[in-house]
Amino acid sequence: MQNFPILSFITLLPLFGMVILLFIPKKQELIIKSTTLVITGIQLVVAIFLLKNYNYSLGGINDPSTFQFIEKFRWIDISGFSWIGKIKIDYFLGIDGLSIPLVLLTALITFIATLSSWTINKSVKGYFAMFLLLDTGMMGVFVALDFFLFYIFWELMLLPMYFLIGIWGGPRREYAAIKFFLYTLLGSVFILIVMIGLYFSTTETLADGTKVFTFNMLSMMNPQNFTAQGILSPLNPGNLRLIAYIALFVGFAIKIPMFPFHTWLPDAHVEAPTAISVILAGVLLKMGTYGILRVCYPIFPDITRQLVWYIGLFGMINIIYGALCAMAQKDFKKLIAYSSVSHMGFVLLGMASLNSMGISGAIFQMFNHGTITAMLFLSVGVIYDRAHTRGIEEFGGLATQMPIYAGFTTLAFFAAIGLPGLSGFVSEAFVFLGAFGFGSIRVLTVISTLGILLGAGYMLWTFQRVFLGGLKEKWASLKDLTFREYAMLVPLSVIIIFLGFYPAAMLNIMNSSVNAMVKVMTNAQTFYGSLLH
Amino acid sequence: MNNNNLNYLVNSLYLIKPELVISAVIVLLVLVDLIMMKNKKLLPYLSVAGLLVAAYFIIEHFETNTFAFSTGSSAGMMIVDPFGNFFKLLIVFASILVVLFSVASTEIKNSFDRHGEYYALIFGMILGMMFMVSASDLIVIYISLELVSFSSYILAGFTKRSIRNSEASLKYVIYGGISSGIMLFGISIIYGITGSTNLYEINSLIQAPQVQSLTFLLAGILIFVGIGYKISAAPFHFWTPDVYEGAPIPITAYLSIASKAAGFALLIRFIKVTFIQSIDPEGFWHLLAIIDWKTFIIIISILTMTLGNFAALWQSNMKRLLAYSSIAHAGYLLLGLAVMSNEGITAILIYFIVYAFMNLGAFFVVMLIANKIGSEELDDYKGLGYSTPFLGVSLAIFLVSLTGLPPTAGFIGKLYIFIALIDAKMIVVAVIALLNSVVSLYYYIKVLKHMFLDKAEKEIPAFTTSYSSAILLVAIVAPILIFGIYFTPIVDLAKNSITLLGF
Repeated sequence: MQNFPILSFITLLPLFGMVILLFIPKKQELIIKSTTLVITGIQLVVAIFLLKNYNYSLGGINDPSTFQFIEKFRWIDISGFSWIGKIKIDYFLGIDGLSIPLVLLTALITFIATLSSWTINKSVKGYFAMFLLLDTGMMGVFVALDFFLFYIFWELMLLPMYFLIGIWGGPRREYAAIKFFLYTLLGSVFILIVMIGLYFSTTETLADGTKVFTFNMLSMMNPQNFTAQGILSPLNPGNLRLIAYIALFVGFAIKIPMFPFHTWLPDAHVEAPTAISVILAGVLLKMGTYGILRVCYPIFPDITRQLVWYIGLFGMINIIYGALCAMAQKDFKKLIAYSSVSHMGFVLLGMASLNSMGISGAIFQMFNHGTITAMLFLSVGVIYDRAHTRGIEEFGGLATQMPIYAGFTTLAFFAAIGLPGLSGFVSEAFVFLGAFGFGSIRVLTVISTLGILLGAGYMLWTFQRVFLGGLKEKWASLKDLTFREYAMLVPLSVIIIFLGFYPAAMLNIMNSSVNAMVKVMTNAQTFYGSLLH
Repeated sequence: MNNNNLNYLVNSLYLIKPELVISAVIVLLVLVDLIMMKNKKLLPYLSVAGLLVAAYFIIEHFETNTFAFSTGSSAGMMIVDPFGNFFKLLIVFASILVVLFSVASTEIKNSFDRHGEYYALIFGMILGMMFMVSASDLIVIYISLELVSFSSYILAGFTKRSIRNSEASLKYVIYGGISSGIMLFGISIIYGITGSTNLYEINSLIQAPQVQSLTFLLAGILIFVGIGYKISAAPFHFWTPDVYEGAPIPITAYLSIASKAAGFALLIRFIKVTFIQSIDPEGFWHLLAIIDWKTFIIIISILTMTLGNFAALWQSNMKRLLAYSSIAHAGYLLLGLAVMSNEGITAILIYFIVYAFMNLGAFFVVMLIANKIGSEELDDYKGLGYSTPFLGVSLAIFLVSLTGLPPTAGFIGKLYIFIALIDAKMIVVAVIALLNSVVSLYYYIKVLKHMFLDKAEKEIPAFTTSYSSAILLVAIVAPILIFGIYFTPIVDLAKNSITLLGF
């Protein structure tokens, strides 16, 4: 068991599943769906197994020896001439307290999204093949520790996502799909160029003592590895680290999505089928913030410290702007999409605090947003499947017609508002406490608290319009939840309530890594400070 | 001519074995065509066999690094070196595929009576291109260029049936004639200044500082016009969309790979050999200050890729779309040259290997689809992904690779270009090129949109591909995915092929 490549297994399993699907005849829709369910089910079990065997005391972040379940072998090995550096790329996987919550989240959300995809009836085989390819891409991003590998997984998601929105989406699906694709490709172009720049700025020492350029992210985090002349090396007085940081940040920020790069999100969400909205909000948005924490922060701690106020500022703008936009929506799904923008703002704000409380809050908020928003989108999906409309104004009084559905939705709404006792409260509280404790963004934090108020405003108002009041006659025939819908909503509810009462279950996992991250940021001041000035 | 000179001639023959094989095959093709009037099935097999023999001789002498046809101490008319051999192999590889495409092409099948000419002309082009990539003398360069051009003029108008076919051919002749005339003028100026037509001799003559740089600049740019026309670099690209659209698809595919590759090989050799001053240990070239090639090439390449990409956005015909896309790719390739380093050349070679697979593959699918539905209009592609999933998915892979997204080989090609650019600190250029590739996504994805997202206006019955075509297609798709994930072999091949004679 010790040497079993478990991270490769969890990442490549969906790809393997996709290959199996290709051999199942197109007409056997039930077998195709069941196979996908089994694959994602195994993935979830493996993710739980990972958690069970995870050592909470190891920090990770920039220290290769404290990563867990490491798999590392040489993947590309090109010996060079004198005029060109050797190219060595590792297949390097590993997880730490920053990635394991997201690995868990990915496995969980994918499994639930598979259940939610049961209603798909148009080219089922193609849908699930794309779905599984997407799954591999997402899982790969969270476990890759080599920048090159990370980038490949990052890009692998684009095409399946394009097709999933573009073929199985709503009326304006083509527009939404191409918009999503162009935005994210633009972002990844920036990531690519910084990746190559970093490659030429950091070296890794091989076993025989020679130094080679490297794509290894952990080597990039070690200031000792910078070359004297690299364009992104702090040792080079004319370095372009600030510009590169901004480019990289924008690349990731498009995915979050951070204002003003968020306009693809409402379109994509509204047009995507329910299951894909769930994946998009539950997992894909986290990649942006994960990327910033995994790449921008530890590789550019010096620049992060310089720009942290702006990160906080954009966090604040996201919170307020997203909430205000959400308030103005008439489409249920678009409302949830904008609430996502608002909630991802909390993650940015927490990250900007640079202290362990704020960063824990940010990571925890990533996980919670994944579960809560997934539940919200599922709720929208439930009503859309029955009523074929998402107009908030068209509903009313559903609580009497569908009491159980109303109950679950209430839970999700309250969790999104941040009601104490539910998981969303804890992470938002941590974010605010952490951010308030960091002097320079205190004012931003105070303004951001308005977001909570606005959040309660639009959520409760929506709740009132949809569930309270008199029932309209045309909805008198709506049925309450089916067994499949229970299976999707119950696990998420349990997690939301459990983490609300016992947040330590999740906070303990990430604790060591958060401390390691804070240490990187603090040490940066002394090390990079002496280099720069 | 004394006996001694004749000996040099005879002694050089073993160096041009591949070219001799190709010449022999031309004769053989014409003879077989004459003798077996009724049965033309043999011709493509004969062609492939001849190409395989040629490939064998190229590989046998791959590491050779010497002049051919040199009289004693002076530099020769031709060079046999790994760089040239790489391009010869690439040309042979593309030719084999194109011959196989021609067998499957309905368009070519319909001109059954003239198959003999068709294959003989293709071999004429091959011969010309092989001399082109190994020429070290301006006269040989010009003659080989003309040999390629004349063969391709006829091939472009080969089917003769449609008006657009003849139109393509005529446009090609006119543009080609003018640009080769301009090139010849440039050559004559250089000869006038230096008194030599040999690139190596010219190089040593112009090291002296008193060379008239303005005249030389003019001559260099005039010669570039001739080559730029072959690689369809802007602003000499105007023939490309029309000819690509009008020519039979196998020939279009051939022009987009083989003659472009030969043109690039010639351009690289011409600039490097003629204008080099020294190469530093890092592999960067220091050229003579007579012509600022670096700035010139950067401007041309940015112009080429931007123009190609933006013009492609509006195309509604697959062949025209791929024509503009091939112009854009010429722009990316020129960037590799603009770096003016060995690393940049490596990137170009890698790009060409990848580009050969993906572009030939894309044209092959377009051809197979045209065989069935008789159209290359994008509007007729609606819903095709469902009536022929195999071709649809293959085309999707080729187009994604042309966009340069991982995990396809196209990404590796682009990656190496950008690595070379960033290593040379040409960051602004790299950013422009990357933004260009975002633009290109839009039109490549537009094809996928038509095939998979849109509903067919009139139902296209599901159709299958013949086994032989399917096998060939898989053989082109597989390397794109394999090299995308494991690219060591192509990089190694490219690195071992950048040796030009003398450097």
